[in-house]
Amino acid sequence: MIKLSRRNFITAAASGLAASALLGPKALAQGPVDFAGQTIEWWMPFAEGGGSDVWARFFAPFLSKHLPGQPNVVIRNVPGGGSITGANEFVARARPDGLSLLGTSASTQFPFLLGDPRVRYDYAKLAPVLVSPTGGVVYLPARFGVTSPAELGKITGEELVYGSQGATSLDLVPLLAFRVLGLNVRHVFGMTGRSDGRLAFERGEATIDYQTSSAYLTNVLPLVEQGDAVPMFSWGVLDANGTVQRDPTFPDLPHFVEAYEMMHGSAPSGVEFDAYMAFFGSGFAAQKPAMLPEGTPEDIVFTYRKAFEDAVNDQELQAIKGDILGDYVQAVGPDIEKLYAVATSVEPAARDWVREMLTTDYQVQF
Amino acid sequence: MIDVLLHALQNLFTLTNLGFMLVGVTVGLVVGILPALGGIAGMSLLLPFVYGMEPTSAVAMMVGLLAVIPTSDTFSSILMGIPGSAASQATVLDGFPLARKGEAARALSASFSASLVAGLFGALCLTGIVIVARPLILSFSSAELFMLALFGLSMVGVLAGNNLAKGVAACALGLAVGCIGTAPAAGGERMSFGSLYMMSGIEITIIGLGIFALPEVIDLLRSNASISSTGKLGKGWLDGLKDTWTHRFLMLRTSGIGAMIGLIPGLGGSVSDWISYAHTVQTSKDKSQFGKGDIRGVIGPEAANNSCAGGNLIPTLLFGIPGSGSMAIFLAAMILIGLQPGPAMADPNRDLDLTYTVVWTLAIANVVGTAACILLSPSIARLTTIRFVLFAPFMILIVTFGAYQATRSFEDLIALLVVGLLGIFLKRFGWPRPAFLIGFVLAGQVETYFYQAVQFYGFAFPLRPVAIVIAVLTVVSVWFSTRKRKPTEPLDPAIEALDELEEESKSVVASNIWPQVIFTGLTLGWFAFAIIDGSSKSFLDKVFPITVGLIGVGASLLVLWPQLMAATGRRKIGGSFNFDLDANRAADFWPYVAWIVGFILATGVVGFFLALVGFFIGFLRLVAKAGWLQTLALTVGAVALILVLTSILRMNLPGGLLQHYFYDALVWPLR
Repeated sequence: MIKLSRRNFITAAASGLAASALLGPKALAQGPVDFAGQTIEWWMPFAEGGGSDVWARFFAPFLSKHLPGQPNVVIRNVPGGGSITGANEFVARARPDGLSLLGTSASTQFPFLLGDPRVRYDYAKLAPVLVSPTGGVVYLPARFGVTSPAELGKITGEELVYGSQGATSLDLVPLLAFRVLGLNVRHVFGMTGRSDGRLAFERGEATIDYQTSSAYLTNVLPLVEQGDAVPMFSWGVLDANGTVQRDPTFPDLPHFVEAYEMMHGSAPSGVEFDAYMAFFGSGFAAQKPAMLPEGTPEDIVFTYRKAFEDAVNDQELQAIKGDILGDYVQAVGPDIEKLYAVATSVEPAARDWVREMLTTDYQVQF
Repeated sequence: MIDVLLHALQNLFTLTNLGFMLVGVTVGLVVGILPALGGIAGMSLLLPFVYGMEPTSAVAMMVGLLAVIPTSDTFSSILMGIPGSAASQATVLDGFPLARKGEAARALSASFSASLVAGLFGALCLTGIVIVARPLILSFSSAELFMLALFGLSMVGVLAGNNLAKGVAACALGLAVGCIGTAPAAGGERMSFGSLYMMSGIEITIIGLGIFALPEVIDLLRSNASISSTGKLGKGWLDGLKDTWTHRFLMLRTSGIGAMIGLIPGLGGSVSDWISYAHTVQTSKDKSQFGKGDIRGVIGPEAANNSCAGGNLIPTLLFGIPGSGSMAIFLAAMILIGLQPGPAMADPNRDLDLTYTVVWTLAIANVVGTAACILLSPSIARLTTIRFVLFAPFMILIVTFGAYQATRSFEDLIALLVVGLLGIFLKRFGWPRPAFLIGFVLAGQVETYFYQAVQFYGFAFPLRPVAIVIAVLTVVSVWFSTRKRKPTEPLDPAIEALDELEEESKSVVASNIWPQVIFTGLTLGWFAFAIIDGSSKSFLDKVFPITVGLIGVGASLLVLWPQLMAATGRRKIGGSFNFDLDANRAADFWPYVAWIVGFILATGVVGFFLALVGFFIGFLRLVAKAGWLQTLALTVGAVALILVLTSILRMNLPGGLLQHYFYDALVWPLR
């Protein structure tokens, strides 16, 4: 991209050669990439303490260990604007020298997929170096007497209630899933987190809910063991070919597509299902990607992918990953492109259908 | 259970664990004393080190920090009028006037001793309640939370001062400002002017700094003295301790309120101190000194915010629902060290010992932290005797830097300026700022829980048993505060009115009422805007702003009408409608406002760092008339402070046009 705007020109002229020599390794590294003595900023468009922040902080020391030169890796939180602000700032400011990378989440991907006019980042132009999946389990109260997805047909006449964080949040995925299944669900918005939704379920206000894997294991499994709740299906994961597979944490539970087949006797299809798949991919199967800025030289991207691959294979990381990464296979190395594409793209027809549906059924204004 | 409790104590009493707790306490002290930083900054400092630590040590370190912050952040609330955190805004109301009377030492020791007792109370609650907390928390659904929010709003009657119309209008103003941003139900964006910044609403930090701290800075500059008007520290430590003892039952009641509000997820710490403050006012016979330096106004909220921290740990540990920003980071840290909060934390066979480690740490850290605060305070309290013009640039630095912590963008400073101007005029024209704050902190809760309660239970939701209890409590509380007023009236209304009139005519009754008319007119305009903006939204998103707007219009008109009558010379009006602190004073605050505006504009051009240097040199030379040596020394001090803070927190300073265009050419701290 050789487009010299006036602004770029002034910047280039003013900064000059001296400054570019002063700051960091050259964009087109000649010899092998080496970050010795450097500080790498991992941009995080969320405040300290959120799920994505924990994820990045978990990876940071391992990334440092496996990058050549063992640079210092720090997390830089740029919160605000539902994570659009930080990602916008990253694409405007980060230079392609391997010293900045960006980690995002479904809250950053969904506005991009839905065509929010305030989004100024384009996932297609960024270079992915790690993609982390996550999962979750949908469950019902035991009193419905539904023991498996095959019996879900029994309650299609009943209005279920789901405590949602908002129609355009990550809870768009369950919204689409329930719709595809043909369940009649009322979404009560304004929950401030999934744990809020779980509390509503425990009080009996909500009658259908899902929790991410670790929260399910600690907080919902006791309810299942007491006989108060029944798991229905997991969201599942995507394999390297982009096909849905069972969640490794819950090998005995059917995944969403299986659940549909058990309920309806045939495989799901159509624009609704396409939309579901796009947002499921972005929201779960490839929820957290880490990316380098547009125009980062090949050798730096390669170095990063290698570093994340080594990090994921590090025995020490495997020993302490616990609930943070769960049993999910981290996409690193050459596998990454396909999963990344799933997480960051949507068919125009499916996008239009979702926008239309959100506007007419949930009064979302685009 | 007792053996688990003792076992946990034994665990904690190893040299390593106590050492880590002291690290947490120390960081908490430093971060708490620095006014711009609070629990969130402190927890983010510790977070990188938690990684890979032994769980008990990590928990001891973090809880050490969490326990001390509500105590140590009192310094800035009382000594400088800068709310140390969202949960100590109410302390400013009476704490700072006490400091200005030269009674800073008394206010601090009363506050610390109340904090200590309440902190231990919180730990005690945690011990007992954790076993049975689950059903208790589950019994508070959206319906009950909405009734609680209404209970909070009913306190406006108490906080409104002597003019109910102004109180309701100020509260509605707070509710309307709280509507800004993404709506909870359908996600529409209200009053955001299409800006990404406004999408998440105005942060409470900025509201606190703008409404309380900035007006005080300006006032102090105008009075051109030290914070302590006598220039001395005055009455000391023992008086404060005696005060706490005298008001021990008040302290215990507000500790209970704090622990209760902390325990129920969804209300938050900033609500607890306002409700306790209102409770303190409501249950006091002589209300005349509140807002002017009543020690009870310090003891009440300070007890509440410490016990709230203990109560808050219960939903965090049992349900994974953080009650505050710092709790959210605590939760994240627990997950990093491999602990998932959940029912196991209350199970004697599983993680209960860890919960009790938290309890013990909370108790011990409270004692250690209070002792340290008491030792530190004589020297820190001396700040109040410095000539204020020399101290003012530091306070402006602290306020702007603190506001910038909200979302770390330049817009934070603009928001601070706008809110600050609002605060200046609310104060000047006698609109009760506490009423504004209670509206603001409850706006989200009132709307969200009303909507959710209707969705879950239909319009019969107030008939749920606990909801009825809260409703009855609300009615009793309102009745209680109206009843208390009556007996004072028949004493001798004529004389009292005469006294008031005389005093007011000297100071606050303006001969030119037009500035007040304009201000009231502007609030009317803001309510009209809330209604107009709201009506373009979808049904669920417009109900609340339109309701608030209509109430606001009504209340504003009630204020505006008599003011207009007086302005046009048709009728004379009484003190509370015609109230102008600057009635008989030259309006010399604009030059000081201009300095702050100039500083922020300069930040917008050359960035915070260069603007800061320029502002310090300019202000100290031109306003404080300091010599070059002093000017340079103070400027270097400020620069060093900022550099240390930003490098520890790994952050960039607010940028301006320079940074926008030449980002690549600049190096930290300029970028």
